[in-house]
Order: sequence, then C-alpha cells, then structure tokens
Amino acid sequence: MTKAQKYSLIGGGLFLSLVAPFLLPQLATQLTMLWLMVVFALTWDTLGGQMGYNSFGNILFFGIGAYACAVLQRDLGLDYFIGLAVGLAFAGVLSSLVAIILGFGMLGLRGHYFAIGTLGLGIAAGEIAGGWDYVGAGSGMVPPLYPTALAGRELFFYFLMFALALATFFILRALYATKFGLALNAIRDDEDKAEAMGLQTTQVKSFAWAVSALFLGIGGGLAGNLLGFIDPRDVAFAGATFGVWMVLMAILGGKGTVWGPVIGAVVFHITQELFWTYLLGWQRVALGLLIVAIVVFFPNGILGTLREQRPEWFGEKVEERA
Amino acid sequence: MFENLQLLFDYPSLGVDLVANGLMIGAIFALAAFGMALVWGVLGIINIAQGEFVMLGGFVALTAAGLGVPPLLTIPLAAIALFILGWGLYRLVIFRVVDRDLFVSLLATFGLSIILQQLSNEIFGADVRTLETGLGTLVLFDGQIVLAEIKLVSFVTALTVGLVLWVFLKRARLGQAIRATAQNARAARILGIDTDRVYAATYALNAALCGAAGSLVVMAWTIHPYIGLPYTVRSFLVVIVAGLGNIVAVITAGLGLGALENLAGFILGAEYQIAFVFVLMVILLVGRNLWLRRKREYLK
Repeated sequence: MTKAQKYSLIGGGLFLSLVAPFLLPQLATQLTMLWLMVVFALTWDTLGGQMGYNSFGNILFFGIGAYACAVLQRDLGLDYFIGLAVGLAFAGVLSSLVAIILGFGMLGLRGHYFAIGTLGLGIAAGEIAGGWDYVGAGSGMVPPLYPTALAGRELFFYFLMFALALATFFILRALYATKFGLALNAIRDDEDKAEAMGLQTTQVKSFAWAVSALFLGIGGGLAGNLLGFIDPRDVAFAGATFGVWMVLMAILGGKGTVWGPVIGAVVFHITQELFWTYLLGWQRVALGLLIVAIVVFFPNGILGTLREQRPEWFGEKVEERA
Repeated sequence: MFENLQLLFDYPSLGVDLVANGLMIGAIFALAAFGMALVWGVLGIINIAQGEFVMLGGFVALTAAGLGVPPLLTIPLAAIALFILGWGLYRLVIFRVVDRDLFVSLLATFGLSIILQQLSNEIFGADVRTLETGLGTLVLFDGQIVLAEIKLVSFVTALTVGLVLWVFLKRARLGQAIRATAQNARAARILGIDTDRVYAATYALNAALCGAAGSLVVMAWTIHPYIGLPYTVRSFLVVIVAGLGNIVAVITAGLGLGALENLAGFILGAEYQIAFVFVLMVILLVGRNLWLRRKREYLK
C-alpha cells in the first residue's frame, strides 16, 4: 500500500464517520456504540496487547465511570450540559485513581493470575453495585434526561463518542511512539529483564492502566447517558458482554497494533449487530461460538494475518528467494 | 450489618448452625475444585467452564427426575452425561488449546462457558429451580441447629466421590497414567502412554465430577443458568489455597470456604455473598503475591 492509498483510505473512513449519522439516522445509537467499542478495544490493548497483561476486568472502569458521572449529575443539580461535563471529567479521574490504587496490588500478579484476579474485580464490582442503595442497588440508575426542548440528542452523543474514540486513538498512538511505549513493550517481552535494566515497572504499569481507565471512565459516563439507564450487571459491569467483547475485538483485529483494535471493533460490532438481527434469541450462543472460533483458529487477528501474508503492506522488505 | 454481628454474639448456636450448613455446601465446592486442580495439573488449563458443568449437572438431574428417576439416582446419571459432554468438548475444542498460551485456553473456555450458559438458558429457561427429594430435616440440640437431611446426604456423597477418585488416581492404570502425564507429559509419551487419551479422560472426569456436584447442588440448594461463574471462582479459590496435588488440603479449603461464605452471607447480607467470594479471591491472590514479593518472586 502506498502512502497515497493509505491516506485516502483513512480520509474516506473519517468522511464516512462524519456523515454516517446523517445518512442513517435510525442507526445513530448503534453507530455511537460502535465508537464505544473502538474505545473498549483500544484501551484493552494498552495492557493486553502492548504490555502483555491480559485483563478480563477492564469493564470495572467503565462501570465506575458510568456510576460516577450519573451520581454527580444527580446530586449536583447543575444545568444538564455543565453537569454532564463535570460528571465526565470526574468519571475519568475517579477511574484513573482507582486504577492506580488497585494497580499496586493487582499489577504485581502475572499471567493468568492477573487475568482471573481482574475478572473477579469486575464481577465483584457489579455485585456490590447491585446491592448498594446509594446507587440504586439492583434496580439501577437513570441519569438525568437530555433536555427535551433540544433536538439532536442522538447526534450530540454520536459526536461526543466519536471525539472520545479519536482522542483515545491519537493519544494512545502518540504514547506508544514515546519511550513509555517502548517501556510497555519491554515489560511484555520480558518483565524481569526490563526491571533489571532499571525500568520502574510498577510505575509504568500503573500509569498504563490509569491511562486506559481514564478513557474507559469517560466512555462509561457517556454510555450511561446515551443508554439512559445503568443496570449494575447488564450495562455498567457487564463482564459477560462488554467485558469479554473488548478482549475479543482486540484479538480479532490484531493484538499489539494501533489499527488492529479499531478494525477488530468495527468488524465485531457489525457481526454482533447482524447476529442480533438474524439470530434473535440465539445471538448470545452464536457470540460464544464466535469467541471460541476466533481464539482457537484466528489468534493473530486480521492485522497479524495480513502481516504474515502481505508484509510489503507494512513496509517490511521481503527477501526474494533465488 | 452490625446488628447481624451482634445477633451472632448473642446467639452462638446461630453461628454453629451457619457453619454447619456452610460445611455441607463446602464439600460440593471441594468436589468441583478437585476437578479443576486435576485439569490444571494435567492439561495446564484453567477451566472457566467449570461452573457451567456444575450448572448442567443440576439440569440433567432435574430432567432425569422429571422423567421419573428417583432423585438420588440422578447423581450418577448427571456424572455420566457430563462425562460424555466433557469428552466431546475435549475432542472438539480443548485439544486444540492444550499446548498453547494460557491466555488462549482461558479465553476459549470462557467462550465455552458462555455457549453452555446461553444454551441452557434457551433450553431450560432462566428460572431458579430446585429438585425436591422428599427427605426430612434434622433438628439437633433442641432446635438450635436445623439441617436438611439432603444436605447431609450431599456432604457424605461429595466426600465419598472425592475419596473414590483419589484411590482411582493412586491405584488404577488410567489413574497412574494421568499422574504420570501430569508429572512429565513428554516422558509419559515416550513410555507409551497415549497422552491425548489421558487428556480427554481427565477433562471428561472433571466434567463428571462437576456434574455430580451439580446434581447435589440442585437437590440441596437451587440452580439457574447463570450460577456458573461463582462456582468457577470458588474452585479457583480453593485450588490457589490448597495447591494442585493435595486432596486433604482441597477438602479442608473447600469446607472452610463454605463455612466462611455462609457466615459472610449472614453478616453482610445475602446480596453481598457472591461479591464476598470474588473479593476474597482478589485479596488472597494479591496477598499471596505481596508475600512472595518479599522473596523477589511472584505467583506462577
């Protein structure tokens, strides 16, 4: 792929994303969810792909964000838009803080212990939220409604979520290009050696988790407002849906790449919506089958496979065999 | 929360009652945990679908009882049905992930657990179900301790099954082959053991154990399609406390977890009982890891 082709592809994608909600207004909510999925996959990949820490509980930060934003909006009694802005900021900061605090204990765990430990955290959070009256317990929370006098609720949330996805993408990409990105990859490749080389691994790991929690928290706050209802187990801390999907999307696209999670999220979300349309009732079963199939037969993902088949697209020189 | 704690101090017999009931279900946790330790030790896989096997065992028992099988006879039926399912799943999926990265097997079994969960939701419905056995209740010490007879039966059954399995692993040919494969799969292959079959048998055996556990759960407590994950986490908890090879430790840890969980469920309120299990697991993991850190090591 030449540079011109690449840029026209990206430009085309951007243009499509900008006009899509106007062309398909009835799909606006699904399109907004698509950008949320992109945020999910990208933030999961920060730890899972770049750092080699496979978290099954990143949904925790999404849920914390959703609740934090809604509680603030409920209790501060501000104007809707100011309340939303304050709530989103608070959601991101709180999620990051939780990530840093948990990180000191959790990020010492490695491999499958980290995976199962984080899984436990995510589920426990859902159970606690489901029993805590302050946040509505099992009946969930309803964030304040978008002012009815104003039109364009769908568009408003679409472009907010789109902006969040773009910000996540570019900030993470910029981060991976710095020394910090190299530190992440060093931890993935050999953590003991990285530590022996003088890398402050605990700090790097906690910071990485905090960054991914920041975007997840904001995404949670937005999603809570978009969906208009926060259920503790099925929306906020939905480990069996969102929580697994984020892992799956990153794997499907290609772990440890910048574009992989984006592509994976788009492909997965469309497949998922098709399942929902054509296999109603059995869509969850089909999703389970999809998980097993992807993990077992396609662990390198779309980009990983392309890289094997078409290395020249990635700027790698292939030695011609004589 | 504090009123409940106060209640426990005022009426110590209530605590004994809670612990006794907890021990009964703890034996079932131990059974499922033993299966998990077996699969983890031999195949090197942490089976997330563990809890779904328990749940399916319960539904098999329910279905069989609905067809007129006496409740207690459904236990071996559930075990056999799950054995076949486990063997089939190994042949379809698990054998592809045995030698792969642990993360792959973790996700693959997670996918399996979602499939099984959703399938049983479609087939059996989402209701909370229980199987009536027609056994009475034991009232001990002037009504201080009330214990359903079926819980006692399930306690004894669970321990018996565990012990039989242990003897099987020690004495039977297949049991010895399983242990040999766990120690060194390559050496076992060289000595003529068909390790693929051993893996299949181990995974199927684990499913059968969980199936038996599930049939006990449905008789003594309740089941529904979504109870799987807590059972998986309980098994995992027991295994990380007890280690992979020690059946006495597994039983002790299982019983301890059952008693602790029942007490916590009473003190914190039943709505936090599951949260307690998950938080306990996280605390144990992090705690053990911090402990190991003093020696510059970590959980492996």
